[in-house]
Amino acid sequence: MTLDTRIAKIQGRAVAVPGNEIDTDRIMPARYLKCVTFEKLGEVVFQDERFDEKGAPKKHPLNDPRHRGANILVVNKNFGCGSSREHAPQGILRSGIKAVLGESFAEIFAGNCAVIGLPVATAGEQDVRRLMDAVEKDPSCEVTLDIEGKKAVCGELSFPVSMPESARKSFLEGTWDSTAILMSARDEVRRTAERLPYLKGTVKPR
Amino acid sequence: MGKTLFDKVWDLHTVRVLPNGQTQLFIGLHLIHEVTSPQAFQMLRERGLKVAYPQRTFATVDHIVPTDSQTRPFPDPLAEEMIRALEKNTREFGVKFFDIAGGWQGIVHVVGPEQGLTQPGMTVACGDSHTATHGAFGAIAFGVGTTQIRDILSTQTMALSRPKVRRIRVTGKLSKGVYAKDVILAVIRQLGVNGGIGFAYEFAGEVIDRMTMEERLTVCNMAIEGGARVGYINPDKTTVEFLRGRPYVPKGAEFDELSAWWLSMASDKDAAYGDERTMDGQGIEPSVAWGINPGQTVGVSEKLPLPSDVPADRRSALEEAYRFTSFEPGRPVKGLPIDVAFVGSCTNGRLSDLREAAKVAKGHKVAKGVRAIVVPGSQNVLREAEKEGLHEIFRAAGFEWRQAGCSMCLAMNADQLKGRETSASSSNRNFIGRQGSPTGRTLLMSPAMVAAAAIEGRVADCREYL
Repeated sequence: MTLDTRIAKIQGRAVAVPGNEIDTDRIMPARYLKCVTFEKLGEVVFQDERFDEKGAPKKHPLNDPRHRGANILVVNKNFGCGSSREHAPQGILRSGIKAVLGESFAEIFAGNCAVIGLPVATAGEQDVRRLMDAVEKDPSCEVTLDIEGKKAVCGELSFPVSMPESARKSFLEGTWDSTAILMSARDEVRRTAERLPYLKGTVKPR
Repeated sequence: MGKTLFDKVWDLHTVRVLPNGQTQLFIGLHLIHEVTSPQAFQMLRERGLKVAYPQRTFATVDHIVPTDSQTRPFPDPLAEEMIRALEKNTREFGVKFFDIAGGWQGIVHVVGPEQGLTQPGMTVACGDSHTATHGAFGAIAFGVGTTQIRDILSTQTMALSRPKVRRIRVTGKLSKGVYAKDVILAVIRQLGVNGGIGFAYEFAGEVIDRMTMEERLTVCNMAIEGGARVGYINPDKTTVEFLRGRPYVPKGAEFDELSAWWLSMASDKDAAYGDERTMDGQGIEPSVAWGINPGQTVGVSEKLPLPSDVPADRRSALEEAYRFTSFEPGRPVKGLPIDVAFVGSCTNGRLSDLREAAKVAKGHKVAKGVRAIVVPGSQNVLREAEKEGLHEIFRAAGFEWRQAGCSMCLAMNADQLKGRETSASSSNRNFIGRQGSPTGRTLLMSPAMVAAAAIEGRVADCREYL
């Protein structure tokens, strides 16, 4: 039996990490990039935002016990800007977050999320603010990110969300792991390589 | 209607349109380094996959390399583990590795151009956001994540959505002491750090046309700091002459034929753009990005902005910048004290950058209490600089002369800020914690400005030294 990789809806509780331009250095400080696997990154996501230099916890939504177990991250503008390090979305995913909802995302970050099965959806500024307020007021309220229905629901609050149609389709069809589909075009890839003047037909696939 | 270079390169490399609507794009040049590739090779092993076109992937080691000594084994066991993984992966999968012993190691975005690997009309991908650098040659170059590296290794292609193209024309002439770094900081300041989302930036205009290749590399390098994953400049005579004679560039008649094709890939005169902007080069000053993102930039004669001075959508980031830096709103940027000076990085670690910094440093001394380091972008840059005696100028002035690597740009090696230190840095990001200390502060500027700051121990105007 093959694993069902379709992602149509994420339900659970949400946690808001407010702020614009939260870059990937803040999500995953560079010292945690000294690794040859992604395995342990869930433990150190937002490390320097959450803990001071002596390791004492700072006031941060992800340290707030009321938000423990939340699986939807709510953010503001240009989240994930800066370095292309996939360590950032890997850390988020491995910390138990199943989707990120925000006003806007940096492109490389969003692209990385799309291919590791972490949906990122965007919504209007007002709607994101209302959702942030709602989960802050009642961290236990159930939040649904409906990729199929293109909306987010939290109690009485319901608003439209969007994501690139290509990513949405890949999640709904369970084809977000892109290698297999890319590999299915070996001949077309070879023909493309052959027509490139700078390769002059010298490069052959293995 | 004509086509942009972007359109021509994209169309040429399109394998097909995927069922989800994205384009499967052939990657002409794939560059890898030790930080973002090991997990990708591991994924290949787990799936029993090979590297499909091993002749089109090239590796070097840059992020974790110590710069005081490159002797193996590295003192940091994690760094040693990472370089060993890259050695093993490149050996096992048949990928060329510009390693330390070979003498051509360096920052991946310095090595590609100096080898002549990066050429006009190519698609270039690398697991590093500053891959946009290579766009200086008229290539479409972009950063990717590790899972996408897996895709490129196993198919030489990746799935991408096509951005729009924004042409940014920088007109007129730059005044003395104003560099490519100041131009790109001015662009980011004006269009914002997220202004480029969904766009590829085409840099054009007289200022760009007059730039050397090394200056163009600096401009394209920081396109990503403006939110644009791709930044490029149309190839011209400067591009062709830079590439002539480089190791991976063909010679003789083959060169003539290829270079004619390169020039034909430039945007057509009647090409249509998704957006166009114009900036006056004359109005650009030596600049300092002082806050917590590169858009928070002022000219050296300006004051730090008051929250009431900036548009509403930039205000919260500005307030956060003041909370983090503790700088006083409204104070002049000139005179801000610094503790560390760093010349280097893929933005400004090439030979011409070191020359400009040396011009300022010559005959002066680094201020008491300032740690100043110069880190060449590659072993080749180091050799060339030493031939000219630049290392002696720096040493006489009190700078440390280091080995090639990314160094304090992102502080994955021992080159780090400590505690609340402030650095004057020729790198590309002033993000919180970027230079190794969660509370450290970064002021981005040109290499000449860094040298001037090192001498005075505070932000200074490099024009007074030129």
